[in-house]
Amino acid sequence: MPVLTLNGLGRAFGKVNAVDGVDLRIADGEFVSLLGPSGCGKTTTLRMIAGFIDPTSGTIEVDGKVLSSTKGSLPPEKRGMSMIFQSYAIWPNMTVGQNVAFGLTLRKLPADEIKRRIDNILGVVKMTHLIDRYPAELSGGQQQRVALARAIVVQPSVLLLDEPLSNLDANLREEMRFEIRRLHDEFKITTVYVTHDQAEAMATSDRIAVMNLGKIEQVDDPHTLYTRPRKRFVAGFIGRTNFVSGKRDGGTVRFDGFSVDADRLDGAARSGPELLYSVRPQNLRLSLGAPEGGVIAVAGEVAERTFLGEHWDYVFAVKEGGARLRVSAPAHDVHAAGTKAWLAIDPALMVPID
Amino acid sequence: MSLATSIGEVRTRLANRGVDWTILIWIALAAILIFIVVNPLARLVLSSFEVVDGKGYTIDNYFAAYGRWRYVQALLNTLVMGAGVAVLSALFAVPLAWACARTDMPFKNFIRISVLAAFVTPPYLGAVGWVLLAGPNSGWINRAWVALTGATEPLVNVFSLGGLILIMACNLFFFIFVFVTAALELVSTEMEDAANVLGAGAFRTAFRITLPLVYPAILGGVIVVFLQSLALFGVPALIAIPARYPVVTTQLWQFFESPVRVEVAAAYAIPLLGITISLLGLQRWLLRRKGFVVVTGKGGERRITKLGAWRLPLLGYALFVCALSVLMPMVVLVQAAFSRAWGRGFSFDNLTLSNFQFVLFEHHGARQAVFNSITYAAIAAFFAISLSLCIAYIVNRKLLRFSGVLAFLCMAPFVIPGIVLAIGFYAAYAPPPLALYGTALILILSFTTRALPISYTNSAAGIRSVHPEMEEAVRVLGGGRFTAIRRVVAPLLKRSLVGAWILVFIPTCQELSTAIFLTGPNTRVMSVLMLDFSEEGKLEQLSALGGVLLVITIAIVALGFRIVGRDFMLRRIS
Repeated sequence: MPVLTLNGLGRAFGKVNAVDGVDLRIADGEFVSLLGPSGCGKTTTLRMIAGFIDPTSGTIEVDGKVLSSTKGSLPPEKRGMSMIFQSYAIWPNMTVGQNVAFGLTLRKLPADEIKRRIDNILGVVKMTHLIDRYPAELSGGQQQRVALARAIVVQPSVLLLDEPLSNLDANLREEMRFEIRRLHDEFKITTVYVTHDQAEAMATSDRIAVMNLGKIEQVDDPHTLYTRPRKRFVAGFIGRTNFVSGKRDGGTVRFDGFSVDADRLDGAARSGPELLYSVRPQNLRLSLGAPEGGVIAVAGEVAERTFLGEHWDYVFAVKEGGARLRVSAPAHDVHAAGTKAWLAIDPALMVPID
Repeated sequence: MSLATSIGEVRTRLANRGVDWTILIWIALAAILIFIVVNPLARLVLSSFEVVDGKGYTIDNYFAAYGRWRYVQALLNTLVMGAGVAVLSALFAVPLAWACARTDMPFKNFIRISVLAAFVTPPYLGAVGWVLLAGPNSGWINRAWVALTGATEPLVNVFSLGGLILIMACNLFFFIFVFVTAALELVSTEMEDAANVLGAGAFRTAFRITLPLVYPAILGGVIVVFLQSLALFGVPALIAIPARYPVVTTQLWQFFESPVRVEVAAAYAIPLLGITISLLGLQRWLLRRKGFVVVTGKGGERRITKLGAWRLPLLGYALFVCALSVLMPMVVLVQAAFSRAWGRGFSFDNLTLSNFQFVLFEHHGARQAVFNSITYAAIAAFFAISLSLCIAYIVNRKLLRFSGVLAFLCMAPFVIPGIVLAIGFYAAYAPPPLALYGTALILILSFTTRALPISYTNSAAGIRSVHPEMEEAVRVLGGGRFTAIRRVVAPLLKRSLVGAWILVFIPTCQELSTAIFLTGPNTRVMSVLMLDFSEEGKLEQLSALGGVLLVITIAIVALGFRIVGRDFMLRRIS
């Protein structure tokens, strides 16, 4: 049973539709990320789920009960959710222990139960020894752990995270990503996570909803999203890619500089003759001799190259038609710019784009 | 959040609680502001057009107010005096601000504290000090002059336009000092280095680069000083009246002597209001053009200028200014406070504590006045801060539409001189049915109105410093907005609210120009009583009472230093 449902959810600010008809069903215990560039409406969506913003269209339901609609909304304090803010919002006037206890006190739990739960959660986030510290005495990562503990300890129906790692430095960010996922695996709280960082979303989420211009472009698990993007925006936003457009001509599809049998390509039987495919730079292979073994062989030359340490970034200029494709190659695979070369494309790794 | 969001929130509450308390709060706040800001001002303007003791409207009051050359002369006198005070204040303040902010002059902290002391000394008390120093016959300076040179004529006479200007500048140059110091701290040393590299010395750099960069701040400060000097009542009452140099505030006072001609006073006050509003507008505009002060993010190192041989001359000038504004008046006031008769000078048999005994224990009115000053100022400061805090919160969190109107009304009294506000309060609430004239309530309310702008500026800064997510974190965990305010916002604001309270309390405790028009027999405050003492020639008792006021002030400032930190007055009073 889906615990959290967004039905045609929309929010207009003046004439701007910040969120525009979002439909999303999140299952009990699922971890879903809203991923998109800034201004795509992901934070507005999250704040509508929390109850800080009212929708101008559509509804938000939890377990079939309407929490938000255009007729009015349950205020945030009555939703039984938790949220982790971009600024952490750790109250500086309270110690770590008081911060974590706050939500439990509001729920009027008995004192020994509160103490038991605080000890337990601080143990889980490895902060037990800092229980009497004030937030000003904590590092950024420790503040983040307090925020996590404070949000999880109340056992919320839904946990909301608003770009929680954007204020941390790179190493800590990587560490906290796993921490967040570990806590999710331990407590199985239904979670909505807003981020603009694809690596963060990939590392933490069961499913990712990619948003752009207030709409959800695609919702899938991270692997599917990366390997089978369906929209041009998604293919370009998640990792880097090459777009190649072709025309169906009877049994073959003609691209700029090469052609493929239509039955070897996914989605080539679609109605229109204009076709667009995405092929990742990692899935292209450069060689000096013509490649063999069922791949498409394209002649051309290495036009530009950049060495990035972990891999080479080549730009391959196709001989006929002049299309330029990005190719990612391992560090030992060295080709000078201007070298005549061949490109091998596996048609199975060409992904059709709507 | 946008306006649309806030409307949404309002609707949310309607849907969920059945009662929309936020609208009620808006109405309550608006009603209070109408009572203490809008209505007095409206009554002031209206009564300036009312027929005296009758019905209907007329512009006769303006003819009465400006029909006599004497009255016009007073207005012109005031402008001359204001210009003099502004120029002299700039001459005092700008070199001191530069020396304290950017040079290696010694004893900078002592100078800073003296400047602050000059400001927290009420101007009328400084005036009494100067009467003791430069009274034409018995003033210390003149007596020393006569003794030293055998001259028969006094050297200086405080009862003159020059005396008036000097005494006001001694108190008011503080504003320019604060403005210019703040601006100098924004000028990057690299600007000066660039001039040094091209071959300019320390003074050429200061005059050609540094000072021109802070020119808008200087001008802004000059305008504030000019306006403050126009609005002062105490110094003109002590100096200008004996000097036979009528100014606007003393003239307004005469309209209030029986028979009280409040309509004429109102008409006479309107140009003062107009001048204040337009000059403050000009000052805003000057300070808003940020083009002058270049605020660079990085490379903004502030290094001090080495003065070399000029260190001591500059220190000498700074000490001279401090001597004029604080040290000399203080010494003679303290001497007078502990003397049987101040003219008998420094000797053991002249030493006494009876003046303090008199004002603290014997004179019933004095004890009452000390008590009144403290309680009225404390309550008014509390009112003003509570009110402006509510409004700042609503404005900053965009809880309601049209909250900007409330903020505007909080800031509006900034342009109303205290004496003009008093006339407005008199016109609005002295007549029946309220008949508040002479009550503690009307004093507290008018003090509250005067304190609103400083309170609002400080409250808004405090609220801005609390990230909205701090409250949202409370709400998402199950606490309502009031829980968030009580458990998070209030504790976080405690310190800055204490600072704001002190900033309001000190000037309110010394307030004269509003109090003098509204006070009654049982509601006198210290400042009013000191003016009475001066008329009765009780200068020793006056000095003792002034000492009591200063001790209270210093205690409160010291408390502020402890709670809020050393610089809080220098940074935020303006």
